[in-house]
Amino acid sequence: MTLTRQIFDTVIVGGGGSGLRAALQLAEAGHRVAVFSKVFPTRSHTVAAQGGIGASLGNMQEDHWLWHMYDTIKGSDYLGDQDAIEYMCRKAAEVVYELEHFGMPFDRNPDGTIYQRPFGGHSQNFGERPVQRACAAADRTGHAMLHTLYQRNVRARCQFFVEWMALDLIRDFEGAVVGIVALEMETGEVMAFQSKATILATGGAGRIFQSSTNAFINTGDGLGMAARAGIPLEDMEFWQFHPTGVAGAGVLITEGVRGEGGILLNANGERFMERYAPNMKDLASRDVVSRAMDQEIKEGRGVGPQRDHVLLKLDHLGADVINKRLPGIREIALKFAHVDPIREPIPVVPTCHYQMGGIPTNYYGQVVVPRGANPSEPVPGLYAIGECACVSVHGANRLGTNSLLDLLVFGKSAGDHVSEWLKTNPRHRDLPRNAAERSLERLARLDNATSGESVVEVAADMRRTVQQHAGVFRTGTLLDEGVERIREVAQRARNTAIRDKSRVFNTARIEALELENLAIVAEATLVSAQARTESRGAQAREDYKERDDKNWLKHSLWYLQGSRLDYKPVNLQPLTVESFEPKVRVY
Amino acid sequence: MEPLARELERLRWRSRRGLLEMDLILQRFLDRHLATLSAEDTRAYDALLDLPDNDFLDLVMGRGSLQDESLAPVLEKIRQS
Repeated sequence: MTLTRQIFDTVIVGGGGSGLRAALQLAEAGHRVAVFSKVFPTRSHTVAAQGGIGASLGNMQEDHWLWHMYDTIKGSDYLGDQDAIEYMCRKAAEVVYELEHFGMPFDRNPDGTIYQRPFGGHSQNFGERPVQRACAAADRTGHAMLHTLYQRNVRARCQFFVEWMALDLIRDFEGAVVGIVALEMETGEVMAFQSKATILATGGAGRIFQSSTNAFINTGDGLGMAARAGIPLEDMEFWQFHPTGVAGAGVLITEGVRGEGGILLNANGERFMERYAPNMKDLASRDVVSRAMDQEIKEGRGVGPQRDHVLLKLDHLGADVINKRLPGIREIALKFAHVDPIREPIPVVPTCHYQMGGIPTNYYGQVVVPRGANPSEPVPGLYAIGECACVSVHGANRLGTNSLLDLLVFGKSAGDHVSEWLKTNPRHRDLPRNAAERSLERLARLDNATSGESVVEVAADMRRTVQQHAGVFRTGTLLDEGVERIREVAQRARNTAIRDKSRVFNTARIEALELENLAIVAEATLVSAQARTESRGAQAREDYKERDDKNWLKHSLWYLQGSRLDYKPVNLQPLTVESFEPKVRVY
Repeated sequence: MEPLARELERLRWRSRRGLLEMDLILQRFLDRHLATLSAEDTRAYDALLDLPDNDFLDLVMGRGSLQDESLAPVLEKIRQS
């Protein structure tokens, strides 16, 4: 079968913050760039980011990139690579000022400088006292950033392929990535896009969890593409949770509710946080509260027919306090939990929020894999940035406001590195003859299958399995069972059938393809978590409660082929400063 | 499938948003109303889908006001879903 082919210098998969930042860097340098996005770029999930962009501008109090670097490394529970973290923190001011120059409507101080908010974990002088470091645009920082970058890209004549889904990477016989295969939703047509460089910027895969704050589009498509092409996924056991998502929906209930006096109750009506944190009770840190909630549910004291959530009670605060001090909470509870918090408690559950792991890269955004004695050999022509990448600047736990910073810094550095790459690699490599084979086989299977598993059912089983077996609170037994179950689910995800065989806007077909990607990420998560016999950052194991630097100060690498694990060392050597040696984390 | 059905499928895909809140709200609306939308409602829904996610969510939560009053009946259906 002959395939329509288009040719670009660079293909970028994903039109969120990182994809747009990289596209801009390349388009303004005069390269032919194509950006592929499942949805209109300004409706990418970056739009949900509210907190801000961390940068040590020092507009409020004295600040320094080295203090930001310390906070990031400590936050990462020492699993972050210190070269990449130094690079990011030193570049932060530059990328924020560039964004300001592009027209980003930052909040400002009376003297005209960018206003900076306080944020958990941001400190002056290596943890001494809090510092205001978060640059924001009201509560719409992500939204404003996407719109600013999109407008600028249109001006730079970047070409957008909107409502296209990338299916697979194309690698040649030497292993270089020479383009992608993608599907146009409006026509159902499959095309090959030949490129000198390909950048994956597809965001996280938080939809593997039953309870997730992520939008439906966050299905880990780039991770699936990389894994199918033989590239390992790094540190996939590390997922950040928020304690209070609305059960069954995932929508966040802000921590402010507990700050105002809201309390958590189990099925017996017991205020269980008194047992776990006698002093701080419901105001203990996020991870402590999440673990306590998860333990209550695991031990059978959950609420509801499935005993799968706990309750957040605030009716004792009275209607006045709820309406005045917690605006929006009543609307959210009514809309997504169908309860009025003035009279009834809100069902809540620890909810997946952010993926720390991803496609392994260095701080130029180059995808790197072990080869011979080198644990980090670049894959020619392939880059990954943003939440789908593991640089690793977040390590085992991300510091607040570093996600938007990550998008900007590594979007830009990948763009710059690709520009250099294009100078030394001016010609396109040949596409192999079977370039689209894998994609076409996957589509043909869906088109021809007359019977098979329901996508909706397999997806629900996957999310339930991940939630139950790789949630906040993990044990060896849970993980052993989870790995077995998720392997069955992954098998079933490759044997789905859809009734609608149409080519035009066939949402069922897209969802079947997304499920294949999600199932890969889910298996990577369970297998990596099972092997890591320690607690570090977001991985909390009941049977291995301590961090084990002697055996586990290393990154996990999971390969789809054989579902096998490998490891590589953490880079503890920064670029110019002294190493931050692992210490016990105390806040 | 006939062209109308494909048009509805297009709307179904465009109801995939950047904000989870909007995904959930629009999914409920589609489950309840997609099969029976009038031509006028379909046009109005399509126009609402062009709004930025945050503005759309504000409208649904009753925090903003519509520029185009002809979209109000569908917005009300979304709010009630």
